Amino acid sequence: MPVLAAIDLACRRGDRILFKGLQLHVHAGQVVWLRGANGRGKTSLLRLLAGLSTPEAGQVRWASTPRQLVYIAHANALKEDLTVLESLRFLAHLHGRNESDASLVEALQLFGMASRRQAPVRTLSQGQRRRVALSRLAIGTAPSVWILDEPFDSLDTEGIATLNALLTRHAARGGSVVLTSHQALTLGEPEPVVVQLDEVAA
Amino acid sequence: MSGAFTAVLARDLRLAARRRIEALLPIAFFTVAVSLFPLGVGPEAQMLRQIAPGVVWVCALLAAMLSVTQLYAADHADGSLEQMLLCGESAAVIATAKALAHWMLTGLPLILVAPLFGLLFDMHGDAIAALTFSLLLGTPILSLLGGVGAALTLGLRSGGVLLILLILPLCIPALIFGTGAVGAVESGISAQGHYSLLGALLIVTTLLAPWATSAALRISTE
Repeated sequence: MPVLAAIDLACRRGDRILFKGLQLHVHAGQVVWLRGANGRGKTSLLRLLAGLSTPEAGQVRWASTPRQLVYIAHANALKEDLTVLESLRFLAHLHGRNESDASLVEALQLFGMASRRQAPVRTLSQGQRRRVALSRLAIGTAPSVWILDEPFDSLDTEGIATLNALLTRHAARGGSVVLTSHQALTLGEPEPVVVQLDEVAA
Repeated sequence: MSGAFTAVLARDLRLAARRRIEALLPIAFFTVAVSLFPLGVGPEAQMLRQIAPGVVWVCALLAAMLSVTQLYAADHADGSLEQMLLCGESAAVIATAKALAHWMLTGLPLILVAPLFGLLFDMHGDAIAALTFSLLLGTPILSLLGGVGAALTLGLRSGGVLLILLILPLCIPALIFGTGAVGAVESGISAQGHYSLLGALLIVTTLLAPWATSAALRISTE
């Protein structure tokens, strides 16, 4: 029983069909790597899976309700005027996780951002913002589904290694991941399941 | 109270505290606009007393409309809005929190300074009380309706103007009954009917506007 399934999914942008008849099954403990050329609809597919947009045809099925989902888009969802810790706290509380500050700082520590926790987000570099946004993944241990749009973007090698370790840990706990990445994945465990959007393109 | 509601409300208030100048702009606009009328119309006390409720109400309406255009724009641009829509709560909860935050930042300060402007226009004590009370009932309506407009015009290039064209007509009943209440008190009759109608408007908007906003947000982020 897949935790997340897309059945005969079709997506339209304007008058162009990006893909149709797409089948996707995400099982517990899997990392699914969506590949495809620019404009092929990777981000559109992620938004469909997350439920942010409605499919042209077909449906997205979640095994559990309420669905356990962490969606990290290309935009980091951080507020320029808030501090790093405040931003992270807002995102945690928004999703109903009343984490203590200590566990938030611990999550930031993992990405090496704990020392900058009182700094306003506007003073951070792109890579640092990405690290803060990804720190959300280190909060909580529920076997949820992570939907990540280009998570490796603007990360340095150390950041990539941290994220890889998180993905491995998450999959080992029975969580699943759907992600896009232009760079080749350097993930050791588990072996990513590659889904080529070029092949299903209409 | 749900976690998402308080999280959004607290964050919006905190953001306003970080950007005090921007947060004060609606009040500054209101102050300047209201103060221009005595200069333009002339300092005749009788005349000023007569136009005061209308002037204060219209300026409050415009101040609310000007500030509400950006209600969702920043959250849309930086991805926060998507996170809010995915939080598991209904988007109507988010819309209510955003509208309440907007009201606390523009409506509430207007209500607090309105008595001062009543004095400036030489209004009587009971007329000032009626004006303040009608604003108390009326300004939440403006914030709620403004939220619908802000969500509808999200991501459009001339969204601000479009919003005003869309939403101002819907605000006219609040304007009529709000100023009508003060007029009734000034001519010595009870303003009960006006208050009841304003209250009814507030209840209907509170029930409907968050759902309309939530639907509009879904469409705009599609």
